[in-house]
Amino acid sequence: MAIDAATVRKVAHLARIKTSEDRLEPLAAELNGILSWIEQLNEVDVDGVEPMTSNVAQPLRLRDDVVTDGAKVDAVLSNAPKSADGFYVVPKVVE
Amino acid sequence: MTDLTKLTLKAAIDGLKARDFSSEEITKAFVANIDAANPTLNAYVTQTTDKALEMARASDAKLAKGEGGALEGAPLGIKDLFCTDGVQTTAGSNMLRGFVPPYESTVTANLWADGAVMLGKLNMDEFAMGSSNETSAFGSVVNPWKSKTSNADLTPGGSSGGSASAVAGDLCLAATASDTGGSIRQPAAFTGTVGIKPTYGRASRFGMVAFASSLDQAGPITKTVEDAAILLRSMCSFDVKDSTSLNVETPDWTQSLGKGVKGLRIGVPKEYVVDGMPAEIQKLWDQGVEWLKAAGAEIVEISLPHTKYALPAYYIVAPAEASSNLARYDGMRFGHRAEGTTSLTDLYETSRAEGFGKEVQRRLTIGAYVLSAGFYDAYYVRALKVRRRIAEDFDNVWGKVDAILTPSTPSAAFAIGDRQIDPLQMYLNDIFTVTANLAGLPGISVPAGLDAGGLPLGLQVIGKALDEATVFQVADVLEQSAGFTARPEKWW
Repeated sequence: MAIDAATVRKVAHLARIKTSEDRLEPLAAELNGILSWIEQLNEVDVDGVEPMTSNVAQPLRLRDDVVTDGAKVDAVLSNAPKSADGFYVVPKVVE
Repeated sequence: MTDLTKLTLKAAIDGLKARDFSSEEITKAFVANIDAANPTLNAYVTQTTDKALEMARASDAKLAKGEGGALEGAPLGIKDLFCTDGVQTTAGSNMLRGFVPPYESTVTANLWADGAVMLGKLNMDEFAMGSSNETSAFGSVVNPWKSKTSNADLTPGGSSGGSASAVAGDLCLAATASDTGGSIRQPAAFTGTVGIKPTYGRASRFGMVAFASSLDQAGPITKTVEDAAILLRSMCSFDVKDSTSLNVETPDWTQSLGKGVKGLRIGVPKEYVVDGMPAEIQKLWDQGVEWLKAAGAEIVEISLPHTKYALPAYYIVAPAEASSNLARYDGMRFGHRAEGTTSLTDLYETSRAEGFGKEVQRRLTIGAYVLSAGFYDAYYVRALKVRRRIAEDFDNVWGKVDAILTPSTPSAAFAIGDRQIDPLQMYLNDIFTVTANLAGLPGISVPAGLDAGGLPLGLQVIGKALDEATVFQVADVLEQSAGFTARPEKWW
C-alpha cells in the first residue's frame, strides 16, 4: 500500500495541515518508511480478538444532571485570537 | 552551609519541617541555580520566580505554626503540559505560545494543596511527541551529563526532557512529567534520575494537554525511589473530571521501601533482548538479576511473545488518538491563528501548518491516514487487536511472577542532532517502555550503572495494574544494590 504524493495531499488535507507541493514527495517517502515498518502487524494472529480501546475496565460514570460550572465568559474568551462583546470573532464562513 | 539544592525531596521536606532552613531560602537557592543554568541547559520554558517566592513565604508561615502539607515549602518544576492557572502553558508548541489557562490541572492542584512551590514550567518535546526534546518549539534541552569521550551536548531524552534535566542539574527538588510511550522513564534513564509512570487511571488527566488519551499518564521524575514514592502519592487522586480516573485509594508507597524482595518472583522476558543492543545494556540487566537474586528473589524466565509488535502498534494508536485530540487546534477559540488567509479551510490549514512543528505534523498525518476510509480496519482496528494481545501477554505471566525486570532504554543518552535523520531510529528509544503504556501497567526506571563513557543507564521494573507497591519494593532493592551516587560534573 505505497503512499504517493496524491495520497499525501489528500491525507494532509484531512489533517487540515497546509503542505506545499515540494514537501509531498519527501513526506510520502517518510510515511512509506514508517508504514512499511508497521506492516509487520500483519504477522499477528488477531482472529476473534476484541479491539482494545481502553485500559480501564469500568463503565463510564454518570454524574447527576445538574449545572456544575458556567458563567465564565471572560475566562472562556481569555485566550481567543479575536473576540468582541462576549463572542468569538471568526472569519465569515457563508456568503 | 550545605547546598540546599542538592538535597533529596525527602531531606528537604524534613529540613523544612524541622525549620533547619526556610522555604524562601531553598526557593531562592533554586532560582539562583536556574538563572545561572537555564541559558545553557534550557530546561525551563517559563520561570515563575515571583509566584515561587510568594508560595514559599506562605509555606514558611504555615511551617512556623507547625502546619503544612506533605510537600510544604518544597520547590518543584512542572512539565509544561500541566495547565497552570494564570501561567503560560505551551506543551512545547508554537501553537500554544502565549496560552494562559484560566484553570488548574488536577495533578498540579493536588501539589499546591500539599504545599509545594512552583519554580516554573519545564521544556518538553512538542505535544510530548519525541524522545530527545529536540521537537520543542523552545529549543532543545541539554543533558547535564557529558560523556568522558566527547564534549558534545547530549539530549536528556524526551518527551519530559526539561523535567529530567532540571532534576539532574539541581534546578528543582523534583519534577512532574508525563509518559505516553516512555516519556518519563527514558529521560530518567538518560539523566541518572528515577521516573515512574503509575497505572493508567491513577493520576487525573484533567488539565494535562492531551496527546494520546488512552496512553497518557502523569508521574514524577526525582532523585531517589523514596522521593518518587512521596511525589507520586501527592500527584494521584480520584477525579470526577477525568472519565478514566480510577476510584481507588492512593497508598503511602514509602511503606514499601526497606521491605526487601525475599520470596518475590521476578520475571525476565526473553523477548526484551533486541538486535543491536549494546553489550553494556545486557550486562547491566544481568547485574540487576544478580542483585535481586542475592536479595532473595526468585528469578523466572518469562515470555511476552508480542513484544516486538508493541512499537508498531503504538505508532498507529498514538498518532490516531493525537489526530483526533489535536483537531481542537483550529485557530478559532485559542491557540495560533494565521493572518491573511483566503477561506475558512485555508485558515485552518495555514494556522496548523504554522503552529505545529515537523514531528507533530508527521504524526497527525499518519493518524489521519490510519483512520481514513479504507484503512481504518487494516491499520487502526488491527493495532487495537494487537494491543490486546500485548496486554494478554502480561496477564498470562502474572500468575508466575510478581514484577518484571528489563532495561529502561536500548542505549545511553545520545548527542543532540544524532538521530534526527530517520524518525524510526528515534522511535526505537521506547522499545522497552511502550508495552507498559499499551497495557496500562506501572513502570519505573531506576539508575543502576554507568556506561563506558560514564553516562547513566537505567533498569525498569514493570508491575501489575495498581501494584505500584511491589514496583517500589523492587526498585528500592535495585537502588540500594546499585549504590548509584554518580552525579553530572558541573560544566554549565
